[in-house]
Amino acid sequence: MKPAVWTGDHFFTGDIACAEGALAAGCRFFAGYPITPATEIAEHMATRLPEVGGTYIQMEDEIASMAAILGASCAGVKSMTATSGPGFSLMMENLGLGICTETPCVVVNVQRAGPSTGLPTLGAQADMMQARWGSHGHYEIIALAPASPQELFHLTITAFNLSETYRLPVLVMADEVVGHLSERVVIPPAAAVKTRERVPASGRRDRYKPFQRGACGVAPMAAAGAGYAVHVSGLTHDERGYPDMSAAGQEKMMTWLTEKIRANRDKIIQTESYRLDDAEIAIVSYGISARSSLAAVDEARAAGIRAGLLRLVTVWPFPEELIRDLAGRVRALVTVELNLGQIHLEVERCARGQAPAILVGHAGGAVIPPEEIVARLSAVSRT
Amino acid sequence: MTTIQAHRTEITFTGFGGQGIVLLGKIVGEGAALGDHRQSTLTQSYGPEARGGACSAQVIIADQVIHYPYVRRPDILVCMSQGGFDRFAPDLKPDSLLLIDQGLVKLPRAFDHPVFAVPATQIAEELGRKMMANIVMLGFFTAVTGAVSEPAVRSTVEHSVPKGTEPMNLNAFTKGFDHGKALLKGREKKAAGRKGAL
Repeated sequence: MKPAVWTGDHFFTGDIACAEGALAAGCRFFAGYPITPATEIAEHMATRLPEVGGTYIQMEDEIASMAAILGASCAGVKSMTATSGPGFSLMMENLGLGICTETPCVVVNVQRAGPSTGLPTLGAQADMMQARWGSHGHYEIIALAPASPQELFHLTITAFNLSETYRLPVLVMADEVVGHLSERVVIPPAAAVKTRERVPASGRRDRYKPFQRGACGVAPMAAAGAGYAVHVSGLTHDERGYPDMSAAGQEKMMTWLTEKIRANRDKIIQTESYRLDDAEIAIVSYGISARSSLAAVDEARAAGIRAGLLRLVTVWPFPEELIRDLAGRVRALVTVELNLGQIHLEVERCARGQAPAILVGHAGGAVIPPEEIVARLSAVSRT
Repeated sequence: MTTIQAHRTEITFTGFGGQGIVLLGKIVGEGAALGDHRQSTLTQSYGPEARGGACSAQVIIADQVIHYPYVRRPDILVCMSQGGFDRFAPDLKPDSLLLIDQGLVKLPRAFDHPVFAVPATQIAEELGRKMMANIVMLGFFTAVTGAVSEPAVRSTVEHSVPKGTEPMNLNAFTKGFDHGKALLKGREKKAAGRKGAL
């Protein structure tokens, strides 16, 4: 067996960093179906998992991949899949199953331009609303947006930890550019990697409730075969996991599934501010677009425009209060993203008319260059 | 002129799929990041055509954090195919360094940008492996541009090539490196001679 944490300084792609982050977090099962630009994650996991006592399965498609990682998680193993565009669409039904059955796992989407087959080798950030609402029903989700290979390493670990803490699938919404970009990635010693381990069931078997809803957090999860009776169903269920086909039962389950995330928003949401303190114009961005935005902030400042950046590390749940407060103290909010206005609409909603929300968007296939953002900031600053 | 001192160097490597253009970029980027302890990024453009299609790798080396990882106008352009030259040569700035494989790139008649030429593919063929042309070019690049240090590149080559091929790849690197150094020396002499005559 080789060490699961590949400690040291490396120069590799975001996709490899993601796979290594998963291994460092304790992921020991990967099921997937190769698709550009996420294939390298599967490829690397196929090499590495057998080295650390894990299992890799190439499935027949993405529907099965999602089902397999839920099954592995129910069996007590941290699990992950990685895909892009069309594959992400196929995963949506079973993603909902994971949410309903409170099954921890990580789903990585290295976004490419869509819809449909789109531009397989070129990036976009146009699945952000699919990440929020892609499966049917009303639910809360956690989605993270890495902006570099180093961050893909760390956020994949974070994604596993959040999925175990709140018992739900967590989405890592990368993009083709960050996935294929090579940079220095520093992997810390194994002892410095903080991982959240699953709390096993304990106590009397006849009293164990696999979906106990409590103020102190999610229920301990008994692995299938550990001796506890576990009933896992996509039907609306009670704390024992047994179907409860009533409006009251639905209300109870839904309150729990949404409140366990909503009540912990402050603990979940991560953002980064850059030169925002005295900013007149605030850029809101994430992933690769945030890197162009960082460059744009510096260039705009050099030209005398007081710009700053709020980078969303966590996109879902959305930092509503932060955007609302920001809107109250800037002249304009400029959202930069590789789609035609998804997070932009969220920003506009949260701004509540206090400041105009402006989109610098692109349909995908290329990264928005800093000068394009600066031109817009310049136009806004003159109004 | 031959040593890039600027704190941000944008480099485009271009050729066709199968030549190891991306590996060339990766070794330079990795050498800069892990050997020279600077910042570097590598992006690549490729299509579904893979082997034989146009291919390019973009490397940025800097002393500050690199936000935007794409080359706008290259400080250094390395061409290992005619198609790559035709596509990227218009982006050259007056002071950009242009490096070509002279067996693969034919310069247009009216082209007056200074050129550093090396018969990389021919040298690799003479060494018995045409596929090492990228490593010959890497040696030439290291000698001519100074964008990465020689020890950093050498050690990166050693662990980037298939096991067992390290000595022959390092030899290919040396051949390209020596060719570059000799070329620089010749130019210096010529420049000094010209000065003396004035």
